[in-house]
Amino acid sequence: MSAEVTDTVATPGTSVAASTTGAAAGAHRTSTGLSNEKLAMWIFLGSECLLFGGLVSSYLLLRRNVGDGPGPHDIFDIPFTSVSSFVLLMSSMTMVLALSAIQRGDLRANRVWLCATALLGSTFVAGQVYEFTAFYREGLGYTTSVFSSAFYTLTGFHGVHVTVGIVMLLSLVVLSLRGRLGQERSEAVEIVGLYWHFVDIVWIIIFTIVYLIP
Amino acid sequence: MAISDQRMLELPAATNGQRPLGVFRRPTATTGWRSWFTTIDHKKIGILYGATALVFFALGGLEGLIIRAQLATPDNTLVDADTYNRIFTMHGTTMIFLVVMPLMAAFANYFLPLMIGARDVAFPRLNGFSYWVFLAGGLFLYSSFLLGGAPDGAWTGYPPNAGLTFSPGHGIDFWILGLQITGIASLVSSINLIVTVLNMRAPGMSLMRMPVFVWMQLVTQFLLLFAIPVITVALFLLMFDRFFDANFFNVEMGADPLLWQHLFWIFGHPEVYILILPAMGIVSEILPVFSRKPLFGYPFIVFSGIAIGFMGWGVWAHHMFVSGIGPVAVAAFALSTMFIAVPTGVKVLNWLATMWKGKIELRVPMLFAIAFVAQFVIGGLSGVTHSISPHNTQQHDTYYIVAHFHYVLFGGAMFGVFGGFYYWWPKVFGRHLNEGWGKLHFWTMVIGFNLTFGPMHILGLQGMPRRIYTYAEGMGWDFWNLAATVGAFLLGASFLVFVWNIVASRNNPPAGADPWDARTIEWSVPSPPPPYNFAVEPTVTHLDDFWHQKYTENEFGHLVRRDTGEEVHSLDEHGAPVADEAHPSADGVDEHDIHLPSPSYWPLVTAVALPLIAYGLIYTYWLVGLGALLVLVALYGWATEPPVDPEADHADHGPEPHEPAAEHDPAREPVAVGVEEDEE
Repeated sequence: MSAEVTDTVATPGTSVAASTTGAAAGAHRTSTGLSNEKLAMWIFLGSECLLFGGLVSSYLLLRRNVGDGPGPHDIFDIPFTSVSSFVLLMSSMTMVLALSAIQRGDLRANRVWLCATALLGSTFVAGQVYEFTAFYREGLGYTTSVFSSAFYTLTGFHGVHVTVGIVMLLSLVVLSLRGRLGQERSEAVEIVGLYWHFVDIVWIIIFTIVYLIP
Repeated sequence: MAISDQRMLELPAATNGQRPLGVFRRPTATTGWRSWFTTIDHKKIGILYGATALVFFALGGLEGLIIRAQLATPDNTLVDADTYNRIFTMHGTTMIFLVVMPLMAAFANYFLPLMIGARDVAFPRLNGFSYWVFLAGGLFLYSSFLLGGAPDGAWTGYPPNAGLTFSPGHGIDFWILGLQITGIASLVSSINLIVTVLNMRAPGMSLMRMPVFVWMQLVTQFLLLFAIPVITVALFLLMFDRFFDANFFNVEMGADPLLWQHLFWIFGHPEVYILILPAMGIVSEILPVFSRKPLFGYPFIVFSGIAIGFMGWGVWAHHMFVSGIGPVAVAAFALSTMFIAVPTGVKVLNWLATMWKGKIELRVPMLFAIAFVAQFVIGGLSGVTHSISPHNTQQHDTYYIVAHFHYVLFGGAMFGVFGGFYYWWPKVFGRHLNEGWGKLHFWTMVIGFNLTFGPMHILGLQGMPRRIYTYAEGMGWDFWNLAATVGAFLLGASFLVFVWNIVASRNNPPAGADPWDARTIEWSVPSPPPPYNFAVEPTVTHLDDFWHQKYTENEFGHLVRRDTGEEVHSLDEHGAPVADEAHPSADGVDEHDIHLPSPSYWPLVTAVALPLIAYGLIYTYWLVGLGALLVLVALYGWATEPPVDPEADHADHGPEPHEPAAEHDPAREPVAVGVEEDEE
């Protein structure tokens, strides 16, 4: 009880820690009962829905304009993409395991599962890079046709989102290694998990619309 | 404990005229001009937003005057066609993205926390970030004037005209990237404000006890939240077309330029409500206060605002009736456009009923509010005429459209904003704006406005197209164009009167906490409010809670004054708290027990990096890497910096740390939380 105590935040929930520990202490109060940070992530994901909604609609409108280049089903390797989709979906499971670990205070297991999630995510991104390279070799450049621009933009935006998620996961691992991610801050893992699951769900939609529907 | 008790005794209250702004600063940032760069106080950020937007308003106004000067006479040669295109593009872009939106953000930042009984917004540093990003985007956009020409594709930026083939210069690039940057500001700010309103209301402040202004801002922020990503997609597609030779709007490759129009207007129509709903909120605050009556039909106003928010997403294609979208789409969107007039009309009728039989005081804020209602009705009715599609085909892209949206956005939104300035000025700066200069400002503005934009209805119906840089003699347009130009310069003069009023009012006597005898709780705190807003977190029991603290009914049902506004919260006549037996809660607030988040450099640093990336995209890619690196460093610096500086020692009163407030007096500090396990 010395200098740390002055970290007290009178403004409700200006830090992740204040909300999580505050909820535990019963002294912290928000009008909805959700912490500010978690609510903000939910709201942000609402906004992201419209971002991907716009991109998916644009793709749907433009996908038939293949010009002289290869069309979607000339080049898609469905088995390969199915495997990388499966890898991404499995990362949602390891994410849940990471959250469960930190909630029961097993910090080591938390780090292991966070790393596993990041690794699975990286595998997915690597698969996407491989896929893009293969498509390019088969004659589908970014500027080849209207379809190619729309395809690379939509899937590329998703890939960037996964990459950002990986950076967040690894940041959590570093925080944990430095002892700054204890059980009481499990909500930080939960919030990153919200983002991660969202990105996975978006991929299910993209995979279905772009790859599976003829 | 002993230390705390002792400190409580030795601490002076926030004294009148002395804003204790220096108390909570990190050592790196002192008071004075430097503190504005690191501030995360929502009130200072609100003032920054307002001041910056007024500067852009002057710039956008100058551009408007150039337009009107060019069109004053037929075959005028003041500016050439190319310059004219750049000027009207920047006029529209500035007024929408750099004036009205940030002005609404200014009011939202300053008053949302005060109106819901909070000490700050949910994420104070993100709030600072939003402002700096907005400023960075605005300056970036305006730097195009110096770097080879401003954008010239109109504020709607339709491709293929805005594509590389027809706009080969960098102007459109600046436009795209500038709007992307300001879009980040709006998105971050909307998340922040939504969380603030949903999560940080004072005890008892249920949703249906929130002031209408808070409600309208909440709806607006949701509209922003969902509209900004759509324009982001559109701008990205256009950007990829221009920068990386993508084919999204390349007609030769079979692309469909209608895609841009759909995406743009799915953003663009909610944007219209983003601009007008906060002004409706401001007016809904002003009208009851100066009619000495509660707002008529509060739930109707709230729900019609929400209805507008939903229906605003279903009318976008009425901007595209002549784009060939087919008769079914035209019929559907014509109907939805007619329907959206219903909730708007509900609001207008409620405002009229609020004034009906009220004891109307024609002070300056009230004048602006009444002008808002009148002019908004004119603009709204000409809007309904657009829904009749044959009529729409006739008036599409004529000055009739220009007249319509200026009546809504200037006669509506900007009049609401100026009403808000006069209404809340004493709260923000502690002094009234002068009534006399204010009335001069109002009358020159109202006459100038109607003289400028009223005749454009006639010009439009006579067939004068918009966005033409000159017109031939003998079209029958000469007289009304000249009249509009005279009106525009009168409008310019009215803004100068406003600026002069600010200067002339700087030494007015202190206005006190509650100069208008107002209804909502922001008037219960001193003017200007202390950094922590509320010494004690308020508990709310009514809609218009402050009014109910001041007034009650006697046994005959007559209104009886219980307390003056000052007495309710034990403020002296200048709005400073005084100790008082009857009001022990207000005696000498211990500021040390109120821990506000500390100022930070990181929001500013992160914001500076964004235009670096944008310049890099246009000129040289290594600058992109530099900017991205700076963003990364700043974000990590930000994330690892505690919200409240552990080193902050409240230097004015001695450096020793003290006990958390909750331990010695939980009632005094209901939201304080001990978080010793938080930071290592």
